[in-house]
Amino acid sequence: MSKKDIIICRCEDVTLEDVHKCLEQGYTTFEEIKRILRVGMGPCQGQTCSQLIQKEIAKYLGKNVEDVKTQKTRPLVTGVKLQDIADSEDE
Amino acid sequence: MNKASIVVIGAGISGLSSAYNLAKKGIKDIVVIDKAYITSGSTGRCGAGVRQQWGTKLNCILAKKSIDFFAHAKEDLGYEKDIEFKQEGYLILSTSKEEDEEFDKNVKIQNSIGIPSKKLSVEEALKIVPHLNPKSFTSASFCKTDGHVNPFLMSEAYYLAARKLGVKFYFFEEVKEIVVVNNKIQKVITDKQVILTDKVVNAAGSFAREVGEMAGVEIPVFSENHEILVTEPTRELQGPMVMSFSKNIYCQQVPHGSFLMGRSNPNALHNHDISSSWQFLDEMSKTVCHFLPEVGKLRVIRTWGGSYNLSPDHQPFISDTETLPGYFMACGYSGHGFMFAPITGELISGMVLGEKLDDYAKDLNIKRLIDNKFTDFEKSVV
Repeated sequence: MSKKDIIICRCEDVTLEDVHKCLEQGYTTFEEIKRILRVGMGPCQGQTCSQLIQKEIAKYLGKNVEDVKTQKTRPLVTGVKLQDIADSEDE
Repeated sequence: MNKASIVVIGAGISGLSSAYNLAKKGIKDIVVIDKAYITSGSTGRCGAGVRQQWGTKLNCILAKKSIDFFAHAKEDLGYEKDIEFKQEGYLILSTSKEEDEEFDKNVKIQNSIGIPSKKLSVEEALKIVPHLNPKSFTSASFCKTDGHVNPFLMSEAYYLAARKLGVKFYFFEEVKEIVVVNNKIQKVITDKQVILTDKVVNAAGSFAREVGEMAGVEIPVFSENHEILVTEPTRELQGPMVMSFSKNIYCQQVPHGSFLMGRSNPNALHNHDISSSWQFLDEMSKTVCHFLPEVGKLRVIRTWGGSYNLSPDHQPFISDTETLPGYFMACGYSGHGFMFAPITGELISGMVLGEKLDDYAKDLNIKRLIDNKFTDFEKSVV
């Protein structure tokens, strides 16, 4: 299968070829690749792509996958409507 | 030992623009050092807006010159991708009579240097952003040439152009010491190497004060956390950035389709915290639902924080240092370093080369505060 047809990030439609190009340009951490390709910025926040990209980085750098840094996670865990948050009351 | 004609500290947009402009003017052996990677600090966390509607003439000039550059940045820098420059304006809402009068003054200053901003009635504003709550504001000011640029890609454009011109970059390397002997810069020491140099550009963003202290230069800036959130992408809904200073909000739909919005925390501490708080999420949701109820239907997918590096008058220091020759700084942007980056690089490179600069540049000097000559105070800030 061509690298162009392998989708790594479904939220942002990023292919394996895109990821490999980034690695070859010298962007070899998830955070750098994220800023260029938007992987991990979509609605799933990297739930699918982060491990796939970690593996690609490991392969490229000849490292063990557990030695490749994972991306920073931030709230929210799942998408919530702004209106629902605005309406919610603790009391 | 490595040598450099100049060491730029920080590979955010200010450092990248400075390095590029220096290289373009023929300087060789430029080195840029960053403790992480390009845009890893405030640039990569910013709200991506670019505006010219300011309350001080100085900020207006910096903004206009920068917007003029963004318009042809892709071609000038020979960048293959798109920097996502979108000019659909900033719509700034007034919510009181005082604010309305302030905007009258601001628009006059803006128009005086050729910024095409104007005041709008509620009805006129609703024509531009129909989903605004008509009861949430009393008037507005609008500038159609304000807008958006992608901070990551704009930075990469500068980075690749600078690299092509021979600038050397060291990433994941932290500057630990700037050695000054007899009032002369001798070398920069990082955690990996020693670089002999007699010139330094402090473009350290949030860490500008610390990088000043390394050379014994006191810079009156501090950093504080400003939080942002992003929603899921949706259909094209809103052209301009919608903003209110008095109600503390900015909110824009970026070309990608998601909405970015932020507000400041008046109780933010002066430190390098960039964490996310539930209080921000709560207040942001309420504020945006008040002004833009339609946007309230969107899902938030992430919140984050980044540092504003604030100067006492909310105007930057793009400056040499009287007490230490060869020490230059680009800092204290008070949240607006990204949008002022093009002019920053032009001015820094001009200062380093000893060019004669336009008259306004003297007000960017750090001396304006040491001499106690407050030029002006920028109030148009979220």
